[in-house]
Amino acid sequence: MERIPVLRMGSLLLITIQVDMHDKLALQLQDDVTERISEWGSTGVLIDISSLEIVDSFIGRMLGNIAAMSSVLGADTVVVGMQPAVAITLVELGMSLPGVRTALSVEAGMELLFGTVPGTQSGPGDEHPQS
Amino acid sequence: MNELAEVVSKNQSQILVDWIRDMGSSVQRPDKIGKEQLEEQCRMLLSSVVEGIRVSGAADLKDAGWNGAREFLEEISASRARQGFSAGEVATFVLSLKRPVFTSIRRELSQSQDKLFETIWVATELLDRLALVTTDAFMTAREELISRQQQELLELSTPVVKLWDGILALPIIGTLDSARTQVVMESLLQTVVATNSKYAIIDITGVPTVDTLVAQHLLKTITAARLMGAECIISGIRPQIAQTIVHLGINLEDVITKAKLSDAFALALQKSGRKVVRETAAPVSPISSLFAKREE
Repeated sequence: MERIPVLRMGSLLLITIQVDMHDKLALQLQDDVTERISEWGSTGVLIDISSLEIVDSFIGRMLGNIAAMSSVLGADTVVVGMQPAVAITLVELGMSLPGVRTALSVEAGMELLFGTVPGTQSGPGDEHPQS
Repeated sequence: MNELAEVVSKNQSQILVDWIRDMGSSVQRPDKIGKEQLEEQCRMLLSSVVEGIRVSGAADLKDAGWNGAREFLEEISASRARQGFSAGEVATFVLSLKRPVFTSIRRELSQSQDKLFETIWVATELLDRLALVTTDAFMTAREELISRQQQELLELSTPVVKLWDGILALPIIGTLDSARTQVVMESLLQTVVATNSKYAIIDITGVPTVDTLVAQHLLKTITAARLMGAECIISGIRPQIAQTIVHLGINLEDVITKAKLSDAFALALQKSGRKVVRETAAPVSPISSLFAKREE
């Protein structure tokens, strides 16, 4: 069965969504992420959706859910690389994903996590985003 | 009907002379259209009307015989719409043809009242329809003009400028409606991606009024930018607008707002860990140097 890989990078989890999300895949991802966080004790989750071009309200809710579940398990979530069309769609659907932090690129997202997640050293970037 | 064709083509030159002579100043408008050009238009119109009556009769303007007159009228009213004539003036141009035509009919058919009445009725119906054609064409030309200008305005008024590496500014000028918000939002988000900018300053100095709808559009744009990982700052809030926002109970608490674009830019610089520093001392004004000399 098709699955979205969940990669481990130290204390972080890296999830890159490179296929069109459908409902089953999203549910499977939700299971995988929570499983991995508790298994590896991750403190940060980075979800890259730069290749995601179509969202519906369900996928939007899944993103919010994954973030909420991660924070319940003690991990910060950053969603990175959202396409303009996807952002507009989510806003028009009335989903502003209030609990989710966002960044423009994987690099910026990493910095955000490095800056706020305890137990990770600071990244090499010359500037440090503050939230 | 035949009488009308006969009378008009027989008296064509007399009608033309009367028409031009009796034209009121509201039709002539020497500031916008020259006398020769007007006379030329009158002559062309009259001859195409005569042609139309002769070939197709006065009953139906959709007949092929009227094509010439119709096209000529549409052309005239389109060009007058662009010159800034009013709809009334353009219609009066055609309607002012009534009097000379009626005069000719009366002169020719005074011996039979029935014929006179019938011919006048046919003529007045015909000229009314011609005036309607003119007005329609005028409206179409105006609407084309308006929609073209709207389109141009829409394209012109949504520039996204890069102020610094990672800092964008979006000066909004004019009222924000749904269609415009869509354009503004799309161009902002696309530029955010293209320039990889973390901060976007939305300057609303040029927005005349902010009501709940405009505020909602702004919040939508800000939320969409936030979803992509960019932070928005609203600047250029005039005192009256600040009052309106509070009176309307619009919640802008989750958004950073600043009075001036410069304040917002300073904040964005600070947030991205930068600072503007003066390299040399402040320039000394002549008056203060005078004071310095006196102290010596």
